[in-house]
Amino acid sequence: MTEPGGASVVAARAGSTPYVDPARVRYRQRKAWRDAAIGIVSLLVTVAVVAFIVVRTPGWAVVQETFFSPEAFAESFPGLIEAFWLNIRIFLIAEPLILIVGLSVALVRRLKRPIFLPLRIVATIYVDVFRGVPTLLVILLLGFGIPALQLQGAPDSVLFWGVVALVLSYGAYVAEVFRAGIDSVHPSQRMAARSLGLSSWQTNRYVVVPQAVRNVTPPLLNDFISLQKDTALVSVLGPIEVLRRAQIDASFTFNYTPYVAAACLFIALTIPMTRFADWLQERQRRRRGPGASV
Amino acid sequence: MTVVQVEQVWKAFGQESVLRGIDLEVGLHEVVVLIGASGSGKSTLLRCINGLETVDAGRILLDDDLDVTAFNTDLDAVRRRVGIVFQSYNLFPHMSVIDNITLGPRKVLRLPAAEAQQRARDLLGRFGLADKADEYPDRLSGGQQQRVAIVRALAMQPELMLFDEITSALDPLLVGEVLDAVRELKSEGLTIVMATHEMAFARDVADRVCFLDGGVVLEQGTPEEIFGEPRERRTREFLVRIRG
Repeated sequence: MTEPGGASVVAARAGSTPYVDPARVRYRQRKAWRDAAIGIVSLLVTVAVVAFIVVRTPGWAVVQETFFSPEAFAESFPGLIEAFWLNIRIFLIAEPLILIVGLSVALVRRLKRPIFLPLRIVATIYVDVFRGVPTLLVILLLGFGIPALQLQGAPDSVLFWGVVALVLSYGAYVAEVFRAGIDSVHPSQRMAARSLGLSSWQTNRYVVVPQAVRNVTPPLLNDFISLQKDTALVSVLGPIEVLRRAQIDASFTFNYTPYVAAACLFIALTIPMTRFADWLQERQRRRRGPGASV
Repeated sequence: MTVVQVEQVWKAFGQESVLRGIDLEVGLHEVVVLIGASGSGKSTLLRCINGLETVDAGRILLDDDLDVTAFNTDLDAVRRRVGIVFQSYNLFPHMSVIDNITLGPRKVLRLPAAEAQQRARDLLGRFGLADKADEYPDRLSGGQQQRVAIVRALAMQPELMLFDEITSALDPLLVGEVLDAVRELKSEGLTIVMATHEMAFARDVADRVCFLDGGVVLEQGTPEEIFGEPRERRTREFLVRIRG
């Protein structure tokens, strides 16, 4: 500890600069260096131990050849990237539709007028059914079932119905996320808007939904990430997306490296999204103010 | 001319009867202050006047022609004419101050954006908030937020303004600036009904003070009468308690 009343204290008091005890400054610097060093050493040791254990397992040589073969990787990668473009397109088409379905269903479920009772019942049944049935099953039922009906005018592309199945399945989840978001907006906000003379619809449009969407952005991003992966489920219908492509490659060469390569592609796509979701969550946490970091 | 006429209004929440046949009349340019213990029905009465609560019985007339309590009233039309400011400000946190204020004029009164903006900036200037137009509510002090809430209600150019304990959530140091805003409105002749616990202010600004007790207006009169020589024992007891 330095003596209080030193020259720097006097200077700080005169101006508006904050004053920190020099001994405390040194302690904080030392602690920062020490924390960084401990972190790095701990990481290196962990990696080394895990690598050592894995490499010493009896099957490692075979696994390395079948799953991590550089030649197989190089050979399959261009085809995989091409196929992965289909996954990305499925995602880009499905996602906006899911948001529209989800928000509409959430709003319908909150309608109070008796005339809307049938709509409310349909929305409730929709959410119950599509949250209950596994996504894979929905894809199989719609993808193979509807084209088989040979409906007049209905598209017979399995890809089309695969996307519809994803939209319906995820729409039900997202509807519940939106509903929670709408409920999280304090009733006094609705009251304030209505007392300005805004209609119920205007109140939703300008006051409730914008706040609800902000509140649920992190969980929504989480569902997006999940959707990016589940585009692979459409492969069961036959379209050659990345998982299908990897399967075909693997069955020709009896080498599973294409699967690992496909996994890498998914990770490359989801990691930026995951970090973005983390960042948003962190920002929200910080906004809630002091105490949040304890 | 009568701006508000409340006749024999009853209102209960569940089994709890809050208003028990209350009568109140407010004339043009009049400032009426409601006092009374917590739970005496001040807030409920204000909320019935702009239709945020529906009455169980009785009638509320605006300007002798618009019946707020009729079964098929267009409550949006009522609320266009009656402004209200709440204890907890209730600004929209996702909108800047100027957007908070222009939302009603643009979407309800259908003013062109430029005109709504001009109106909002004029009002902000008058209440010493000209430099806060583009701030977000959470960057303002409580007193500033409450003044923005007053401006937001004023921008609709209401013929009647309701203030529901608008200083109760404020730091004592910030109460003054909000009360100054109310004085300013009174000086312009706005008709005001306000519920408050600020007795000194009530005395200063009120044309008439109403003491609510047991769901009715037990006693009313000029501030001098109510604070100087209350007739009712319950009024005296209340005033003694609130003065500490």
